[in-house]
Amino acid sequence: MNTSLLILLICVITALAYVMGRTRAQRYRNSGNPADHPHSLPRYYGYMVALWAGLPALLVFCLWTMFQQKVLTGIVAASLPAEFHALPSGQQDLVINDIKNIAIGNMSQSAADSIRADAAARYKSLIELAVWLKAGLALLVGMVGLLWGLRSVFPAKRARVFVERAIMFFLIACSSLAILTTLGIVLSVLFESMRFFGKVPFTEFAFGLHWSPQTPIRADQVGSSGSFGAVPIFAGTLLISAIAMTVAIPFGLMSAIYLAEYASKSVRAWVKPLLEILAGIPTVVYGFFAALTIAPLLRGVGESIGLSVASESALAAGLVMGIMIIPFVSSLSDDVITAVPQAMRDGSLGLGATKSETIKKVVIPAALPGIVGGVLLAVSRAIGETMIVVMAAGLAANLTINPLEAVTTVTVQIVTLLTGDQAFDSPKTLAAFALGLMLFITTLILNIIALRTVRKYREAYE
Amino acid sequence: MNQESQQPSSRGSATELVRAGLKRRYAREKRFRLYGLTAIFGSLAFLAVLIISITVRGLPAFQQTFIQLDVTLDAGTLGLTDNPDNAALLKANYNGVIKKALLASFPDVKKRNDKKALYKLMSKGAQYDLQRKLIADPELIGQSKTYWLPAGDDANGYMKGIVDTTLPEKKRRFKDNQIAWVETLKSEKRIAQRFNKTFFERGDSREPEMAGIRGALFGSILTLFVTLMLSFPVAVAAAIYLEEFAPKNKWTDLIEVNINNLAAVPSIVFGLLGLAVFINFFHLPRSAPLVGGLVLSLMTLPTIIISSRAALKSVPPSIRDAALGLGASRLQVVFHHVLPLALPGILTGTIIGMAQALGETAPLLMIGMVAFIVDVPTSLTDPATVLPVQIFQWADLPEKGFVERTSAAIMVLLAFLIAMNAFAVMLRRKFERKW
Repeated sequence: MNTSLLILLICVITALAYVMGRTRAQRYRNSGNPADHPHSLPRYYGYMVALWAGLPALLVFCLWTMFQQKVLTGIVAASLPAEFHALPSGQQDLVINDIKNIAIGNMSQSAADSIRADAAARYKSLIELAVWLKAGLALLVGMVGLLWGLRSVFPAKRARVFVERAIMFFLIACSSLAILTTLGIVLSVLFESMRFFGKVPFTEFAFGLHWSPQTPIRADQVGSSGSFGAVPIFAGTLLISAIAMTVAIPFGLMSAIYLAEYASKSVRAWVKPLLEILAGIPTVVYGFFAALTIAPLLRGVGESIGLSVASESALAAGLVMGIMIIPFVSSLSDDVITAVPQAMRDGSLGLGATKSETIKKVVIPAALPGIVGGVLLAVSRAIGETMIVVMAAGLAANLTINPLEAVTTVTVQIVTLLTGDQAFDSPKTLAAFALGLMLFITTLILNIIALRTVRKYREAYE
Repeated sequence: MNQESQQPSSRGSATELVRAGLKRRYAREKRFRLYGLTAIFGSLAFLAVLIISITVRGLPAFQQTFIQLDVTLDAGTLGLTDNPDNAALLKANYNGVIKKALLASFPDVKKRNDKKALYKLMSKGAQYDLQRKLIADPELIGQSKTYWLPAGDDANGYMKGIVDTTLPEKKRRFKDNQIAWVETLKSEKRIAQRFNKTFFERGDSREPEMAGIRGALFGSILTLFVTLMLSFPVAVAAAIYLEEFAPKNKWTDLIEVNINNLAAVPSIVFGLLGLAVFINFFHLPRSAPLVGGLVLSLMTLPTIIISSRAALKSVPPSIRDAALGLGASRLQVVFHHVLPLALPGILTGTIIGMAQALGETAPLLMIGMVAFIVDVPTSLTDPATVLPVQIFQWADLPEKGFVERTSAAIMVLLAFLIAMNAFAVMLRRKFERKW
């Protein structure tokens, strides 16, 4: 019995439960006896019975699916001979993998020894048994739930209240998912980072000047031992973000000022969405453009005036990233500028100031907290931006502030460390999580400050 | 004016002072406006350059070069026996018959190196075209027919004018003798450009002329399906709770701060979460649309929640009061009256969130959707890749054919994004109500 059939059957039971509950309530209603008139509309009794039938069955299904593999693997592993349990855990995993592969048929039976083949056969029969047990149990629970639900269809039962409580519970659960997500991020990143800092001291990571994460794959390999000083990476991230912001702030701010203060309504209606297209273009497209068009262009220009520009220069990535961020700065500043009360402008204009003087001396100072908040959000965006730098910035961690050289960033390192072939608990992959932790903390702090300032600013004028 | 001139001299000098500065101040005013205009035009010009450069690069990829060959599918060269079964047909030597046909077209090619160069005119995919035709109709064995077969990457580039013929021969991959053959074919009208169906019909490949986006497109569709199925109900439920029912207390404050924060967390961090939780903890399959969809739905949730809340907020309280007054329960008020009125706004936000998810690359790299996958995925647990990741992979490849295919894939992606956003705007225009 496959999964989709089982889900379909559960749905059928649920639908059946709805119809049965509803007809039973309808019968009470039609009886004409005022004492028998049900509390809620018949369909609420239907919903109630359907909840009783469907939810427990679905719960059984989900739990079973989640834990089936772990339990079965455990059973098979326990039945293996003692030599197996003497192996180190990495090799145990390999044996288990072999057994699974033989069972699915990905590996030919003849290639395996008899112990593995036997275990595979056992595993296979266990899986077949488990599938039937799962289906049987889920359907049984569904039927029992249906009967239980039907028993509570009687006139005095407040079915609507029951159903509404269930829905309310669902609504609360859904809104709490945001907290769960944050918690999930923090825990997963923190947990792996702790393991990393167990292998590499935090001081080396935070203050070391040398980054070369190539650790030997096998223990007997000679060569690089790996060093995890993250300062060059942080410096590279800051350099590229700084370049991006020097593009984005003037362009974004000036377009926001023009659109909010000078442009006519129709110009605004056209230009604003056009600018926002820049924010809607996928970053992988910007990365492609930076690597293929902007970087060679900069190189050519540099050569013609006698400068040597690296083909993966920080400048190319930073410029393109800055352009991507323009709409963030402009739309946030635009909101903030239009929120400045008209009376302040009128006062300044009435005293004889020109429009630009009003903007520079009155509007911008009044809007400054909001603008700063927007800029901070943009900075956090620049620090966390991945695809542009992965495609257009370098891999080597140079400690430099020369924008014409290649630097690397936190996000580039995370991607390169995690897309390679390495054991999951090697310091190399764990380092990615440590970098992720740094990234998360930095952007979190920036976001909180930014959101606070923007909110305070709004409150001041509303 | 008269009165003014009679004022004491100190006032007069103030006016003078203002007058004297006026020219400078107006000039400054003009300059300031100019800065604003420059900023806007600069940004828009960049947008134009970006789109034009990608279109110019990508358009040729929608055309592909085909060469007409008289191919004899004789059983001897194919290495087939009488009444071959499917397995034998799959393994037959199609390359051999193509080579024979090429040599028949250019009988003067005798030297080994020249022959090799000649064979390179054809794509390695030509044999698969023949294979498909033969499997569809085994009667073709032994018959001689004219086929249009795909040309190789270099010949394709030459026909499109990408090959720089002014370079000395040694620096070119496409040699003089190959150019001469192509010119002969051209004069015989046996080489032509046609619409590139392969690009839409096939999955990834190592040969640019055989590579298509079908696999990535299906991967994207499956991933977005999971994202939509998960994020839409959850986001709407969360928005309803926070906007309609939530009491003002610490817990709801915490939820709100969390949602606003998650909206600004870098997408790659969601990838780390997916890797640590879904793959390493729950042991879900790597590279699967299921996991991709899970990660992307966590990422798009805040976007949809925020816009859904705005939509719910814009429904006037009088609607709620009227329904409550008629005896509806609070949930009935929301589900029967408020939600239908807010739905267009919610859908607009959802579509925009989906568009964001469609363009997202970084978190999917983390959960292993970067593998080289040729097959078109058919289920949620098949290994798959998505359109932006395919673009990322192709962007790294040196072949000329892949550069144009990358741009073409970007054009397809942008077309989808534009369609989605246009639909959202249309929805908003059509159903937006001013209360």
